[in-house]
Amino acid sequence: MNAQPDLSKPIGDEIRQTTCYMCACRCGINVHVRSGKVRYIEGNRDHPVNKGVLCAKGASGIMQITAPSRLRAPLKRVGPRGSGAFEEISWEEAMQIAVSWLKPLRETAPEKMAFFTGRDQSQSLTGWWAQAYGTPNHAAHGGFCSVNMAAGGIYTMGGAFWEFGQPDWERTKLFVLFGVAEDHDSNPIKIGIGKLKDRGARVVGVNPVRSGYNAVADEWFGITPGTDGLLILSLVHCLLEAGKIDLSYLAQFTNAPFLVIANGPDKGLLMTGEDGRHLVIDRRSGLPAPWDGEGVQPDLGAQWQGNQTVFRHLAERYLAPDYAPEAVADRCGIAAPRIRALAAEMAHAAFDDVVEIARPWTDFRGIRHETMPGRAVSFHAMRGISAHSNGFQTARALHLLQIVLGSVETPGGYRLKPPYPKPVEAHPLPHCKVTPGMPLDGPHLGYVRGPEHLALQEDGSPVRIDKAFTWENPLSAHGLMHMVIPNAHAGDPYRIDTLFLYMANMAWNSSMNTAKVLEMLTDKAPDGEYVIPRIIYADAYASEMVAYADLILPDTTYVERHDCISLLDRPISEPDAAGDSIRWPVIEPDRDVRGFQSVLLDLGARLGLPGMVNDDGSAKYRDYADYIVNHQRRPGVGPLIGFRGADGMQEGRGDPNPNQLQRYIANGGFYQAHVPEEAAFYKPWNRAYQDWAVATAIFDKPEPYVFTLWSEPLRRFQAAAEGVGPHQPPDHLRAQLQRVMDPLPIWYEPYGEADAAGYPVHALTQRPMDMYHSWGSQNAWLRQIRGMNYLYLPTRIWTEQGFREGDFAAVTSPNGEIVVPVAHMAALNPQTVWTWNAIGKRKAAWALDDDASEATVGFLLNHLISELRPGQDGHKGRLSNSDPVTGQAAWFDQRVRITRVGPRDRSEPVFPPITRVVPEGTTRSGSPS
Amino acid sequence: MTCLPARTDKKLGLAIDLDTCVGCNACVTACKGWNDQGYGAPLSDQEPYGAHPSGTFLNRVHSYQVAPDQGAAQVVSFPRSCLHCDNAPCVTVCPTGASYKRSEDGIVLVNEDICIGCGLCAWACPYGAREMDQAAGVMKKCTLCVDRIYNEALPEEDRVPACVRTCPTGARHFGDFADPGSKVSQLAARRGGYDLMPDMGTKPTNKYLPPRPKDRLDTAPLTPLLDIRATGFAGWLDRMLEKF
Repeated sequence: MNAQPDLSKPIGDEIRQTTCYMCACRCGINVHVRSGKVRYIEGNRDHPVNKGVLCAKGASGIMQITAPSRLRAPLKRVGPRGSGAFEEISWEEAMQIAVSWLKPLRETAPEKMAFFTGRDQSQSLTGWWAQAYGTPNHAAHGGFCSVNMAAGGIYTMGGAFWEFGQPDWERTKLFVLFGVAEDHDSNPIKIGIGKLKDRGARVVGVNPVRSGYNAVADEWFGITPGTDGLLILSLVHCLLEAGKIDLSYLAQFTNAPFLVIANGPDKGLLMTGEDGRHLVIDRRSGLPAPWDGEGVQPDLGAQWQGNQTVFRHLAERYLAPDYAPEAVADRCGIAAPRIRALAAEMAHAAFDDVVEIARPWTDFRGIRHETMPGRAVSFHAMRGISAHSNGFQTARALHLLQIVLGSVETPGGYRLKPPYPKPVEAHPLPHCKVTPGMPLDGPHLGYVRGPEHLALQEDGSPVRIDKAFTWENPLSAHGLMHMVIPNAHAGDPYRIDTLFLYMANMAWNSSMNTAKVLEMLTDKAPDGEYVIPRIIYADAYASEMVAYADLILPDTTYVERHDCISLLDRPISEPDAAGDSIRWPVIEPDRDVRGFQSVLLDLGARLGLPGMVNDDGSAKYRDYADYIVNHQRRPGVGPLIGFRGADGMQEGRGDPNPNQLQRYIANGGFYQAHVPEEAAFYKPWNRAYQDWAVATAIFDKPEPYVFTLWSEPLRRFQAAAEGVGPHQPPDHLRAQLQRVMDPLPIWYEPYGEADAAGYPVHALTQRPMDMYHSWGSQNAWLRQIRGMNYLYLPTRIWTEQGFREGDFAAVTSPNGEIVVPVAHMAALNPQTVWTWNAIGKRKAAWALDDDASEATVGFLLNHLISELRPGQDGHKGRLSNSDPVTGQAAWFDQRVRITRVGPRDRSEPVFPPITRVVPEGTTRSGSPS
Repeated sequence: MTCLPARTDKKLGLAIDLDTCVGCNACVTACKGWNDQGYGAPLSDQEPYGAHPSGTFLNRVHSYQVAPDQGAAQVVSFPRSCLHCDNAPCVTVCPTGASYKRSEDGIVLVNEDICIGCGLCAWACPYGAREMDQAAGVMKKCTLCVDRIYNEALPEEDRVPACVRTCPTGARHFGDFADPGSKVSQLAARRGGYDLMPDMGTKPTNKYLPPRPKDRLDTAPLTPLLDIRATGFAGWLDRMLEKF
């Protein structure tokens, strides 16, 4: 009756396996290609990150790689900045312009060139390039993303959440998410939650908004923003009070048994022996012994000559009634019995039903353990807790919680992924010594151990344009990209000449105070020159930032270029394997564009940067692919660990292999070095793991360490603020430093609360699972899923003001006002409003129609958020709106007032359209005939 | 009008777990991508970069807020596509025989060669599961990826619908509901899989697995080791370290 259609058609001619870049997850993809065109993209089943699945963004990649917003050729600005008037130029001209700007600066004042990269997945290259150039002004986007998460974890346990590790999905029985927006990370968390649901394990979500992962959580704690740290420390209180903590774990694997010096100039530091090794009291002898001595059994409860253990200090602090659930309940918006019930559930999962793997292992003290016992409770957290001005200490508090439960690096708990665990001591220090015409004295970013490592001039002023590694935010391990434009405009600490940005939409959704930033970018000095004289921007798409640059270097899409996802940078490891991967051109660009990394190497060669030129001055690397294969950071150690050596048989260390990329391609685009079974848990303390890490080039020597409950780096800053030592903070920061640089985790009110009186509501954003920043809106499929955003109002505000469907609201902060569409959401903390991030677009950007919903009703909260800290006296200090420990942008401190304005047809503010640099999109391509 | 088969040998369909679906839309775009290049006409998009983009999707995810009598409000993500009903009104209403249900596996398909684009089937479907492609002028619907599940050009493990293969949480399951031993039948039995809008009499093949009860945390609070206010911190420490 019905003609049977052909049901066995092949999809394409060929499957090319590469790495997705539709967000930061770096999933493996199978790109089905027919006649040189992409027909279908699906997940790579063998890939460690996504195991075959793919998210909404990944499966829409075909619309991204054919998007009409793709830039087509290098551009030179010909009209006023911000007008969008450009002319296309050749690559040769573009490179000559760039060299003519960058070369004289390097020879005279390299700090006047600031190079910041956004969603860059090649930071080991871009950082190395900036170091060779010699500017101290380099970082990527971590400062406005989640450096609190990274730094809070590194300073506490030598690893953090997201790509640093993951729950033991196979064994955990209770999984608790704190402040996880829907995108960090994407597929691995979804796969994990699916596994837990399949096994009937419990999922708890702590988040003001019950969407996404929190919507499927068995229990939802709709916490008030900025109070997570208080809730966490209250949970610690409950566990201590009941004795439900892992004493054996704390004694063996943390600095809980270390002795805190009670008096004298070293007060608050940890006691050391004459050889500088930290001391514990050995239970065998009752006498001090080095912490890592052979067979030492540390005593948690010791006192020695008036000095008490860290354990005594922490127990005394968190047992205090201030942390009782009844004392924190109102502030957190969580009833005390529910806090107590959650603590009990954690204790139950950890201690009543112990997970144990029958697998012997030997620790760093030489003590052999016959089994691997574990605690089946695990955690994950992201920007919801970290994007506050108390986020660093909140992240520390969360790690404290999982450490007192004994769950980190044990079966059923949270497992780190190589190259983590890695203690602070194994990370570089920040470097900032500038010598014109020469490289910087070392890598820009690092982990300071004390005030002597700050990036300060002799007069105490900041070396860096973003004021990273200063007393204002000493542990700013990722820099403060969000302050670069405001500081450069203010000339505070100095003016720059050339701002070089890659893949960062700083003229829109990646800046605080966007409307003001646009003015800063176009503002002119009395001499008629722009205050920020030159801006070079590299991106693949016609984003809002393009119009505000003077020279555009058009990048390829992710399927048209080489990349490496490197262990030198941010790899794709799993707890049981170190892993890295590549991208390669699975199709050829049809435009005059070049992969940015190849352009950067070309630029480096033209500038004669060390490491990028041969002795005769010729370019050392043909392109990025050549660099990936042949660059050696240390002898035998390059960007990729797999298939090294002339025969491709070496792992981790080995000579460059000219066929390395072909081997990766044949292997699905990735490589894994598997952790031996006996090394799979207890990694920081496990001799087998340490030995494997050395063999795999992760470390150069074994680096066992214990977790840092009491942080000496923090205490050194606190002590300085108390007047101790030669390096002294300015007086106006002493009180702040004494408070926030506490060596034990604390909670303090976020600085945004300074505005609470007139602005009673918390305002948040999160990213949907189907969009990634502004990239999603150009995507013909994704924008049909989410082409506009609402401000979601809780029932309390909705009913109090009589809101109705179709209404708009004026949203006011001390920084400004926006008028936006609203919708009711019941599953929301009653003090909180929120919206999706970066849906709103500037008219005519991204090749969208002027009347696209993203540009008419879509909106950004960014206009409401000052880049300067709320509550400052006239902002005279220009302290940034950031965490005072790390400089992480405190996006989620924001306070607002909501006023119903009734129905409207567009959001405010309205910006004039930008002149288009690419034609408006009409029909989509990609649909095969 | 078109006849339904008296019975089908198999009842292929999906079990969709609403307890696990996080609403990520992965299934939506995997479906779009596959069917844009698969069975029948591509899935067109009108005004893809315009003010009112509107394209053909065979699977969409909706989000509903639920306010239980007790406890916090909830959000349920709800994927919606053709349910491949036994009693498919979209088939019986079809004037040309283009809309049909396969006797071998129960899949409801549209023969685009004889579809006149009258739209009656979309009106008849109570689930809104059919979409008229504005460019091709034919009715499009979920084919259960009939060009994947029997596709000998694909590796055997990939012979499942695109939405199932891609689902990151594993909330979508494909199988034969006529076989009581199949994974989907077992899941539906164990988890109380239900028919969508059973009163419509459509006898859908697809089953939804309901969300598990939420916010029932009633773990008894932990018992303090002792009364710290009475013993002081020293008393707590002594008791604590006795355990060690």
